[in-house]
Amino acid sequence: MAELKQEQQSHRMGMHTEQLAGRTQQIFFSPEEAENFTYSYAYAVDTNKHTEFDVAALDSKAINIKIRELMSQGYGSIAVQNPGAKHSLGVGILNRLQLHFEGSLGYFGVGLIDGPNVIISGRVGWSCAENMMAGTVVIEKNAGSTFGAAIRGGDLVCKGDVGSRTGIDMKGGTIIVGGRTGAFSGFMMQRGRMIILGDAGKSLGDSMYDGTIYVGGKIADLGVDAVEGEITDLDIQWLDRKLSLYGLQTPNGTKNMTKIVAGKKLWNYDNLEPTEKKLVL
Amino acid sequence: MAKKTRRTAKKTSRNVGKTTGKKAATGNATASGIETEHEKWIGQHIGYRYDVNLLPDYTRLTPFLKKYMEIMGWRDLNWLEDVHMGYEEGRPAAFDRNINGWVTVPKSVKLPNNQQDRDMLARELLVKFQMSERHPLVDLKKAYRKF
Repeated sequence: MAELKQEQQSHRMGMHTEQLAGRTQQIFFSPEEAENFTYSYAYAVDTNKHTEFDVAALDSKAINIKIRELMSQGYGSIAVQNPGAKHSLGVGILNRLQLHFEGSLGYFGVGLIDGPNVIISGRVGWSCAENMMAGTVVIEKNAGSTFGAAIRGGDLVCKGDVGSRTGIDMKGGTIIVGGRTGAFSGFMMQRGRMIILGDAGKSLGDSMYDGTIYVGGKIADLGVDAVEGEITDLDIQWLDRKLSLYGLQTPNGTKNMTKIVAGKKLWNYDNLEPTEKKLVL
Repeated sequence: MAKKTRRTAKKTSRNVGKTTGKKAATGNATASGIETEHEKWIGQHIGYRYDVNLLPDYTRLTPFLKKYMEIMGWRDLNWLEDVHMGYEEGRPAAFDRNINGWVTVPKSVKLPNNQQDRDMLARELLVKFQMSERHPLVDLKKAYRKF
């Protein structure tokens, strides 16, 4: 009976308007379960326990293993000195952690992370924070192309300029660019939000399925199915709050930013397939 | 027959061009069935089981979520901003991206009467589920982890 009531309530709330076939994980868990705030396999770290180490003589693999060892010893605040733009540093960290790279990273830096708060005082190469799940990453200078590729959650901030294809295949989270972004930013974006305080290059939001892009500067041109949206009070509140977290401001004020969303003409192409197939046959 | 199909395709192409996308532009698209010209054309509703672009109302944070943010060292909900209460097979549920499936909300949990509170509930339950030792990923990790 209780289930019926809940279902009726859900109908009244308009939650049954779609019938999509999904994969259900029929797992019922106890909401009264012990309050765990980190993954059961994560290292128990103390963010007041700080250490730093120089990595000038180490290769990428040795540096990543060292970070892991320090976390297993309970260090929750780690400073990595002289990273020397080595590639794939700080990847796969599924832990809460304060991590500071005192220098620049090469390509695929801090990829696949889930939880840490990372500060990079230099620049980063291609695909920084690729597939990031949660946490914060702040880059003080510039970033290369495919910045935040396929990011699924968390805040990824570059205070300088970034290359092309920023947030390609973005599936969630927030990307903030303090300066300019290159061509095809937001390409095939599916969810999440991107804030560009400077200018955006050609084909912004090309083939985006969903999500929102806010631009403070000029847009060279919009990509396929990217359309201008109406900026609301809720957008402005969110932008002001989010930017203030990282000490950033847009020169003309958030209310004058341009909001780009998906026109959604590219959606549901499965329905088009039969017609297209007939044409071919 | 082939000719007819070609004509239909041409016609539909013209319709695509006329679609305004205005509704999507507002960011407030509802999940209330077939409404827009494009939806009518494709014959189904465009959207998820919830508004993915709905922004959280921070005045409705639960004590659990406040504590979670504090422990993680975040000043906002971070990845949880993208979590919403959806619906799966007749039951309220939250989508867990780690298992790529819906986690059904227990019957004992009373649903709040508005989307913002339901989203906060979904966030709290999802964190509890993901951090639980009973999460499916725990066993998978034991079986396949490399280091």
